[in-house]
Formats: sequence, C-alpha cells, structure tokens
Amino acid sequence: MITIIVQTVSRIMIPFIQLFGLYVIMHGHISPGGGFQGGAIFAASLILLTLTFELAEAEKRAPFRMLIAIAVSGALVFTGIGMLGILFGGYFLDFLVIPLPIPPADVSELMIVSIEIAIGVAVMALLIIIFFGMAEEVFE
Amino acid sequence: MIWPLDIILLCFLVLLSLITAFSRDLLAATVAFSIYSLVLAIVFAQLNAPDVALTEAAVGAGITGLLFVVAITRTTRWEED
Repeated sequence: MITIIVQTVSRIMIPFIQLFGLYVIMHGHISPGGGFQGGAIFAASLILLTLTFELAEAEKRAPFRMLIAIAVSGALVFTGIGMLGILFGGYFLDFLVIPLPIPPADVSELMIVSIEIAIGVAVMALLIIIFFGMAEEVFE
Repeated sequence: MIWPLDIILLCFLVLLSLITAFSRDLLAATVAFSIYSLVLAIVFAQLNAPDVALTEAAVGAGITGLLFVVAITRTTRWEED
C-alpha cells in the first residue's frame, strides 16, 4: 500500500542512496566496492522510485531507450579502454604502455577509475532494464 | 572474529535456508531468502571480505528479492504439487 509516509520517506532517502552508490563507484579502486556494487546500489534507488511512485514516473526520469544507450556505451567504453593497451603494443587492459605525460601509477589509476565508471553505468542501466521489463505488466 | 556471534549467525542461516527450501508460501520463501542474504552479508563482513559483503547486500538482499516478488505477482503465490 502506497501512502504519503512511504512517498515522503523514499523522496528523502533516494538522493542519499544515489550519493552512496556514486561514492562506492568512485572509490572502488582504493576501498571495498567498485563498479558492480555501486551500479547495483544506484539501480536499487531507481527501483525504490518505481515501487513508491508509478512506473510511468520512473520511466519519465529514465526512459527505456536512454537506458539501453547507457548500457551499450558503458560496455563500449570498457572495451575501448581495454583496447588502448593493444593499440600501444601491449596486452588487453595493459595500462603501463600508454604514453601519457604523468607517472605510470597515475595512468593506471586513471584507467581503472574510468573502467569502474563504465562498469557501474552499464550495470545500473541493465538492472533497471530487467526490472522495468518484468514490472511492465504488473503495474498496468 | 567473535565466535559466539558467528555461531548464532550460522544457526540463523541454517534455519532461514530450511524455511526457504520447505515453505509452501512462495512469498514467505522470498522474504526468508532476502533475510538469508542479509545475514550472509554480515557473515562475509565478519570474515574480512567487505567487497563480497557489499555485493551480497546490494544484489542478494535488494534486487534479487525484488525480482522474485515481481515474478510471484505474475504467477501464483502458493506452490502446488
């Protein structure tokens, strides 16, 4: 049963859940967490939005076509960053051969953070796509 | 590790898995499974595996339970022989 109490509490909670998801994604390389966990937390916030408000409201915030585009571009960015290593004569996901004017440790950190963001975005979009696809007929 | 806490949590895990396996009410089984995932996340955090614990709490307790509930609303709630 959806009451105004549930709606108000989730309205307050959702920004903090999303902030925590972004924190888990961005600090995945130095602390527990990473792209998959942060993406799952971010997806959970949008699923909470779907449960407390209507499905149409959530689909207005996150349209289906945009979610598919985000998921595909996340996978594409991951593959592209992995291919950079091959492009400069190393292995797949080999960051130490990339010629950037900063120390090798910083290059590695930059690339790992980029990959975490790509994974997080893709996981977020795909989990919401699964939920929307399953919930479409229930809410009607 | 705190061994009395671990023993309590593991006994709770066995109980919840038995409820999940033998319950005829699929909604009750889903709720028991979500609680099982949350307790398992606490056990993983106890065992110094915070990464696995975070995944288990987010995916196991949150999203899997929700997807099971949605699947139940599209089929039947009570298990038939």
